[in-house]
Order: sequence, then structure tokens, then C-alpha cells
Amino acid sequence: MEIENLDHYSQIILSLAALVMLSSFIMLAQGRLLRLVFVFAVQGFMLVSATAIAAYSFNNPHLYISAAITLALKVIFIPWMLRRHILKLNMHRDVEALNNKTAIMMGGASLVVFSYYVLHPIMQNSSMVLLNALSLSLAVILLGMLLMISHHQAIAHVVGFMSIENGLFFAATVSTNGMPMVVELGVAFDVLVAAVLFGIFFLHINSSIDSLDVDKMNRLNEVDQ
Amino acid sequence: MIPAYLLLLLPLLGILYFGLLGHKEDVGKQNIRFNGVTLLLSLWLAVNVFLSGTILSTDQYFIVDSFNVYLIVLTAFVGFTTSIFSAPYMAHEQEIGKLTANRLRLYYSMYQGFMFAMYLVLTTNNMGIMWVAMEAATLATVLLVSLYRTPESIEAAWKYFILCGVGIAQALFGTILLYYAAIQISDVDNALTWSVLYENAKLLDPEILEIAFVFMLIGYGTKIGLVPLHNWLPDAHSEGPTPMSAVLSGLLLNDALYAVVRNKMLVDGATDSHIAGYLMMGFGMLSFLVAAFFLHRQKDIKRLFSYSSIEHMGLMTFAFGIGTPFATFAALLHMTVHSLTKSAIFVTVGHAAQISGTQSIEKIRGLIKTQPQVGWGLLIGTLAIAGFPPFGVFASEFLVLLATMQSYPWLAPFLLLGIGIACAGLFRNIQPMVYGEKPEGQQAVQANLWPVMIHLAIVLWLGLAMPDFLADWFTQATILISGSAPL
Repeated sequence: MEIENLDHYSQIILSLAALVMLSSFIMLAQGRLLRLVFVFAVQGFMLVSATAIAAYSFNNPHLYISAAITLALKVIFIPWMLRRHILKLNMHRDVEALNNKTAIMMGGASLVVFSYYVLHPIMQNSSMVLLNALSLSLAVILLGMLLMISHHQAIAHVVGFMSIENGLFFAATVSTNGMPMVVELGVAFDVLVAAVLFGIFFLHINSSIDSLDVDKMNRLNEVDQ
Repeated sequence: MIPAYLLLLLPLLGILYFGLLGHKEDVGKQNIRFNGVTLLLSLWLAVNVFLSGTILSTDQYFIVDSFNVYLIVLTAFVGFTTSIFSAPYMAHEQEIGKLTANRLRLYYSMYQGFMFAMYLVLTTNNMGIMWVAMEAATLATVLLVSLYRTPESIEAAWKYFILCGVGIAQALFGTILLYYAAIQISDVDNALTWSVLYENAKLLDPEILEIAFVFMLIGYGTKIGLVPLHNWLPDAHSEGPTPMSAVLSGLLLNDALYAVVRNKMLVDGATDSHIAGYLMMGFGMLSFLVAAFFLHRQKDIKRLFSYSSIEHMGLMTFAFGIGTPFATFAALLHMTVHSLTKSAIFVTVGHAAQISGTQSIEKIRGLIKTQPQVGWGLLIGTLAIAGFPPFGVFASEFLVLLATMQSYPWLAPFLLLGIGIACAGLFRNIQPMVYGEKPEGQQAVQANLWPVMIHLAIVLWLGLAMPDFLADWFTQATILISGSAPL
């Protein structure tokens, strides 16, 4: 199937899916926290656009509501909160030294291939758009995990956590035109509470180990001292 | 349906009540009252289900059948007895200056929040809401794990938050795949309604459901504490306040397993491959064996018993995975007796830690000489959890073993090995703690051991002679889950 033969909606969704995944890769290699948060906000904005376009094409008013919630939560509130914490804790000048950047990027690329491999059997009978979009959102979820593994700042972990949520949201939007409204409201509520709790935790961690480097939290383990 | 709505409403009011008035003097007693009333409501609900069978609310948002109603009663019961224990315990923690009045307010408010999330997981008929409630349970308890604000507790809470958050995100992806499979056969409004899906399970695309189940098992399995996703569990249990450890071990793990079993029922309906069962057996057996070995190298008493929880959850997951009516019956019984015993043990462990002022196994000594009820409580509780007859855990473990011999005889030696290793791991640590001379200056503390005695008495009763109505109840649930009666 050639991409020019698809309708406009499918073309836009496919491009946005690719861009969302690309933004995940940019986050993966980003050592500066403020830029990381900015890219995260951009990723959120692409999600909002994808949702709004889907709402318009399918004439589905409830998708407008989820687009509005995502805009408020993932593009405005969470990036604003993270940015405030970064500035308050004076971390905006730090550059995180990432070990093995090349290996991480290669790992990320193989995760994308893996996502296609996992979802290929069940999507054979569906459209090309669905296969690509769903596989890419699974890739965004896995890349979010890789981001958490490779970075050791708590703020980067939160960005990874939230970008996993982004991947889930994208999957729900493209494959099923959004979950039922109650579920979506519930998920949004959980994300909001989680974001507030993360903010509280930054203060606690900072007062307990005097930085947000989670590698320094190593008191609890099963290794003999 | 009215008792179910009240059951959900009351803890919601509780969150508000304790959020506003949680700094008052008699707040522990209020918490007992709240949980006492929910226990009565759950019994009312159970009687309704017992008389008229499965209840489905008119808007199909809530379902109460024989499987979840017994978990609801169990949740309300353990929540109630733990609240009895927690009132003097938390007051003592405040006296010795570990907690401020404000944190106590947070504690009681979130205790109710956690209970609400548990009831919502159990009563909801919508797989999406089930996920939301499961995540809400994490959010309610995460600040309780870090309640003492020590560096260790903050680390434990952060680990709990991140691991469970990321883990449970996988379950949401599984739920999205399930929804995708469901909208092919059903209208959009009912596509996540469990009862509708269950009736039409044969029509669901088996391949999508198999992949969805893998994600669900990983996701909810993180909360069950299945190896290798168990890392958060010993930390969260050991660093949080002890009443929290009791409800986490006794309730949260059960409810996560409940979510997995509900999903397994759908997958089994859609496919004939038994793949969900094999996955659960594999993860369950692995958790069971790994946790049994880890029991031997613990230095913290609460970590010791949290590994024991992983071991038992592994055993239940394994038994549900076998999937025969006999094994399912055994797993349901094991869920009950494990919850009761483990929460009783955590209550005595909490007192033992207060007596000796530490959680380190090496420093807790001479409990029986210092305070006989606590020492004997801990010893008898450990006997029960290690599976000694005549306690109920022996009965359920024996049934699991028989079911394994029936279906997969070559796995039975592994089970026996695990049970033996776990038993040794518990007793080598418990013996020196309860027996022996008491260290100088060790004083008894004010303790309410009624919850322990009631729990252990019920476990003993279930081991000696299970009452008919309870056997009926388990049989009903077994028929629901596995399709036929156990005997």
C-alpha cells in the first residue's frame, strides 16, 4: 500500500506517530533537564493534535474533551511543574553525563523493531495505519522505560514515566478512538495525582540525600554490606 | 446493590472526614468505627449474594458475584481488625515522636483512600475502572510508605511508586488491546464491561487476547509481587508503618491477583490453548522458589515476612494457573488463610519491633519472656504460615499439592522443596527471637492482640473443620472461575 493512496486522516496520523516516536529518541539522548521537559511538552502537543484530528475526522465529541484534558495536563501543567522544580532546585545548568549513548540509541532502535515483531501477528488483518500507529505507541512505551533506565535524575524518571503514559494514550486514541469516557477521566485523574505526588517526592528526596540523583538512593538492597 | 454503593461511599466520606478532622484525639477510634460499619455492609452484601446469586447493577458498572464477594468480606474484615491494631500502635508512634499530628491525619485519610480503592477494584465491572482503581491504590499508599520520612523510607516509597507505576502501565496497554478486540464484536459502551465480555468471550480474537494477557500479567503481576518484578515489595513493607504492611500483604496483593484471574477467565474463554495458565504457573513457581531461598538471608523482620508473602502469592498464582476446579478451590482457600495469617503476623511483628526498638532480627531477643502474648503470637503465626497442621494454610497447601500431583506430577517435588526451604528459612530466624533471655531493660508495650487471636482462631478453624456455608461459597466461586465443581 502506498502512503499517497491513503486518506488525509491516515496520512496525518502516520506522520504524527513517527514524530511522537522521534521525540522519544530525542529525549533518550538529552542530558539537559530543561530541554528534556521541553521535548516532553512537544510530544504532548503532538498527541493533542492527533486526538483533535481524530475527533474532527470521526466527528466524535468526546475525543475533543480528552484532547483538552491532555493539553491541560501534559502540555501545560506537568511541564510547568517540572520546570519550576528544576529552577527551584537550581538544576538547570547541570548536564547529565550519559554513559554509552550509542548503545542506548541502538537499544532504542531495537525496541522499535521488537514492538513491530510483537504486534505484527495480531495486526495482519488490520489496516497499515493501525499496525504502524499501535507498534509505534508500544515503542514509545518501551523507550520511556529505557529513558528511566539510562538517566539517573529523578526528574528524568518522571519524564520517562509520563512519556509512557503518552504512549498509552496514543495507542488508545489511534486504535479505538479513545477509551470510554469514565475510564479516560479516571486515568487522567490518576496522572494528575501522580504528578502532584512526584512534586512532593522531589522535595523529600532532595532534603534526604541533598540531590535528585536516584543512584545515590542505595540503602535498601539484598547485597551483603 | 445498595450495600455495594454504601460500601464505596463510606470510605470516600472517610477520606474527607480524616482529611479535615484527622488531627483530633480519638481519631484511631473513629477509624475503627468507619471500618466496622463497612464490615457490616460487606456482610449484608454477602448475604444478598448468598440468597440471590450474582448481582449486576442496572447500569452494569458494578458486579458482585460469589468470587468477589468473599474477597470483599475478607478485605473489610482485615481492614477492620488492622484498624483495631493501628489505633494504639500509631498513638505509640506519635508519643515517641516518630510522627506528627499532621502526618497522622494523612495516614488515616489515606487508610480510607486505600480501602476505597480496594473496594472499587473488587466491585467494578469495567476493566478500565479496575485499572484506574489499582493505580489509585498505589497512589494512596505511596505517601504512607514514606510516612516516617527517613532516607530509607523515601527510597522505598520512590521505588514502589516508579516500579508499580511503570509496571501497571503495561496492564493499561493490555486493557487497550482487550478493548480493541472487544469493539470488533460489541458496541462501544459495553466493550470493557466484564460481564458482557465474559458472555461473548468465544467471539474475541484469541491472538489479541493472548498478547493482551501477557501485558496484564506483567502489569498486575508487579503488584502481586511476582519475581522478577518483586523488588519494591520487601522495601515498601519494611519501611512503611506496620499496619500498612499488614493491609498491603493481606489485601493489595490479593486484589491484584483477583484482577489477573478475572482477565484469565476472559482469555480462557477466547482460546483453547491454556497459555494464560502456563504463564501463571511459570511466574508463580519462579516466585515461590526464589522467595523461599531469599527467606534465608534476611536481616530485617518485616523484610523476612514480605518475602514470605511473595512466596505465598507465587503459590496462589501457580494454583490458579493450573486451573482445574480442585486447584482453583485450593487457591481461593489459600488466599483467605494467607491474608488472615499474614496480617496477624504483621501485627505481632509491629509490637515486637516496638518492644525492642528495632526491626533487626539479630537484636530482637527474648520476646516470650518480655511479653508472652506477643512472643507466642509471633511463634504460632509463623507455625501457621509455614504450613504446619492443623492450621488452614496446611489444608490449602496440601490441596495445592494434590492438585499438582493430579495434573502435573513432575512439579510436585519442586513444591515440596520450596515449602521445606521456606519453613527452614522462617524458623532459623524466628526461634532466637522468641526464645531465650530478654535483653536488659526491655519493657512490654501496650498492645491489643485481639486481632491476632481472632485471625489465628479463624485460620485454625478453617484447618480443622471448614463450615458448610464457607465450603459452599468457595465451591460457587470455583464453579464461576473454572467451570465445574471441585469434587
